[in-house]
Amino acid sequence: MVDKIVPAIEAALADVRDGATVLVGGFGGAGVPEELVDALIAQGARDLTIVNNNAGNGEVGIAALFKAGRIRKLICSYPRQVDSHHFQTAYRAGKVELEIVPQGTLSERLRAAGAGIGAFYTPTGYGTDLAKGKETRVIGGRGHVLEFPLHGDFALVKAERGDRWGNLVYRKSARNYGPTMASAARVTVAQVYETVELGELDPECIVTPGIFVTHVVKVPRKARRIPSGGVTQGISGRAAA
Amino acid sequence: MSYVKLTREQIAQRIAQDIPEGSYVNLGIGMPTLVGNHLPKDREIFLHSENGILCMGPAPAPGEEDADLINAGKEPVTLLTGGAYFHHTDSFAMMRGGHLDIAVLGAFQVSVSGDLANWHSGGDAIPAVGGAMDLAVGARSVWVMMEHLTKNGESKIVERCAYPLTGIGVVKRIYTDLAVIDIAPRGLVASRLVPGLSFDELQRLSGVPLLPAAKAAA
Repeated sequence: MVDKIVPAIEAALADVRDGATVLVGGFGGAGVPEELVDALIAQGARDLTIVNNNAGNGEVGIAALFKAGRIRKLICSYPRQVDSHHFQTAYRAGKVELEIVPQGTLSERLRAAGAGIGAFYTPTGYGTDLAKGKETRVIGGRGHVLEFPLHGDFALVKAERGDRWGNLVYRKSARNYGPTMASAARVTVAQVYETVELGELDPECIVTPGIFVTHVVKVPRKARRIPSGGVTQGISGRAAA
Repeated sequence: MSYVKLTREQIAQRIAQDIPEGSYVNLGIGMPTLVGNHLPKDREIFLHSENGILCMGPAPAPGEEDADLINAGKEPVTLLTGGAYFHHTDSFAMMRGGHLDIAVLGAFQVSVSGDLANWHSGGDAIPAVGGAMDLAVGARSVWVMMEHLTKNGESKIVERCAYPLTGIGVVKRIYTDLAVIDIAPRGLVASRLVPGLSFDELQRLSGVPLLPAAKAAA
């Protein structure tokens, strides 16, 4: 019998080695697998490369990983939020390397990794500082930038419900990077609030099929936090986070 | 003659009135989010959020916020009836794949050829691009919403952007607190100047050559 549901969160993360690349789901506070990140801190792996849209908020999740000094490199699209102070302190002190990737390119690099694509050309970023040093090509009269897949050793994602074969469904905008990251890592660990029997998830509505998932960990549901609003408003230059 | 600049809400109102029914629209963070408050009630317009929402609705009532339902600015929002959730890669396929009709974005500067600078103020600021570059190249029409002048009175419409670029030749139209500027093949066409502002005065403030709408149409 295949049962990907592990009783202890520690067992799911036991093989994370120093220097590993860990994909962490979430956009702002939505979809962040906080319990898995807490377990990663307890596990002790160091010199991690973390891939996430942001750079952690407040004191929990990736922010706590920064505070614990475990991150050597961050690959992300938007690290400049009002409550990303643990990242900012580490970055200003030269303790963490930062690779800024346009958000859609970040997502597509993860998709390429999961889909077995060797590289791809995208118009995003052509002619900008973020394309410096990269191969470019004009396709159909339009400039494109060559981008490479982004593989993870581990992916940590948060879903709403899962079954013992690793099938997952998500909740609202907490889905964000989860499905793509789940496909892009050697080992994918999903934390869920509910585990259900096989067949309870409607096959028409399963978002991440179990083939992309290695371990499922059930965590207790917390009282829903009210989002804090992570970005300063009213700055005309802000285009998108 | 004296004139009064439009408020941000008034610029947002202008933009909202110009969005046709049936449009798929992304409103950038900051000033452009105000456009959502002024969309005509009798038009069905689909707001897209880069973190995986179509048919995004307004902010929920106090106490109704849901940490799993936020917009690109990480603020709580709602979903309208008929709306959908999807993952990030699909969301950016909508953006980069040319499926959005309009993106309304803020800007530090826009050049006469439609280059957009809105992601990095330069210097030692921590760089953070988010989805700005994907929207800039992906939406069929990129409209910029910004003040015409900086706080020091310099034109934000420039010959060549001094700030790091977000996209090259991507902006179609600029809504400012003084006028609407279309970036047309023949040049920058100014229309809908605020009452009391003459074309000559707008030209003097702008620092780059403008065409009056009537003459451009001739």
